[in-house]
Amino acid sequence: MKKYLKSFYLYTVGALSGAANGLFGSGGGIITVPMLEHDGMKTKKAHATSIAITLPLSVISGIIYFSKGSIDLAQAWKFIPCGLIGVLVGSKLLVKLSGTTLKRIFGAVMIIFGIRLMRG
Amino acid sequence: MNWITIALVSFATGVFASLGLGGGMILIIYLTLFAGVPQLQAQGINLVFFLPIAAVSLYFHTKNKLVEWKKIVPVIISGTIFVTIFSLLANSMDNTLLKRIFGAFVILAGIKELLYKKTEAGSQSSDCDSSVQTTK
Repeated sequence: MKKYLKSFYLYTVGALSGAANGLFGSGGGIITVPMLEHDGMKTKKAHATSIAITLPLSVISGIIYFSKGSIDLAQAWKFIPCGLIGVLVGSKLLVKLSGTTLKRIFGAVMIIFGIRLMRG
Repeated sequence: MNWITIALVSFATGVFASLGLGGGMILIIYLTLFAGVPQLQAQGINLVFFLPIAAVSLYFHTKNKLVEWKKIVPVIISGTIFVTIFSLLANSMDNTLLKRIFGAFVILAGIKELLYKKTEAGSQSSDCDSSVQTTK
C-alpha cells in the first residue's frame, strides 16, 4: 500500500510539472524540485533530477508549440551560446552555494516581475 | 534586442536553468516585459533555448552522480500526458490571459522560494553535503 502511495505521489509530480511545462513553456523545475525534496531527496539531487524530468517534457511541448507555429527559431538560437556558458558556471556554483541562498535570491526577483506580468 | 542584452539575459538564464531554479522564467519575463515579444512566442523561444541548455547541464549532473534515475519513470509517464494537454491549451488561449496566469504563477513561485525554511530535512542534509564537498 505504501509503495502504491509513493508511486501515486511521483505520478502527481509528473502531472503538475507537465501542466506547468505545457502551459508556460517553463517552470516545471519550480514544481519538481520541492516535491522531490518532500519525497526525501536532497536539494542538489532534486535540482539535477528535475532537469532529467523537464528535458523530455520540454521536447514534447516544443514539438507541439512548433507544430502550432508558436516557435520562432530565428530568434531562439541567439540565446543559446551565452546560455551554455551560464550553464557551465551554474554547474560549478551548484556544488558551492547553499540551497537556501539561491532560493532567497530567486524568490525576491520573481515576486517583483510577477507583479509586473499580472498588470498584463 | 541588442547582443549585449541577449548575452547577459541568456547567461543568467543558463545559470538558473542549470540549478533547476526556473531559468526559463527569467528568459520569458525578459522577452515579454522588456523585448515586447507576445507571451506564447516567448514561451516557444524558451522551449527551444532550454533543450541544449538542459542537455548540457544534465550531462554534468549525471557525471556528478546527482540524478536519481529510479524516481523518474512514473513522473515522465504522467508528465507526458499532462504536458500534451496543457501545451495544446496554451496554444489556443488568449495571449493576455496567458500572460496574467503566468504572472500569478511567477509570484507564487517567488513567495514559495522566499518563505523557504532551512529546517526542512532535504536542505539540511544537502547543506551538510556541501560542507563535506568543499573540504574534500
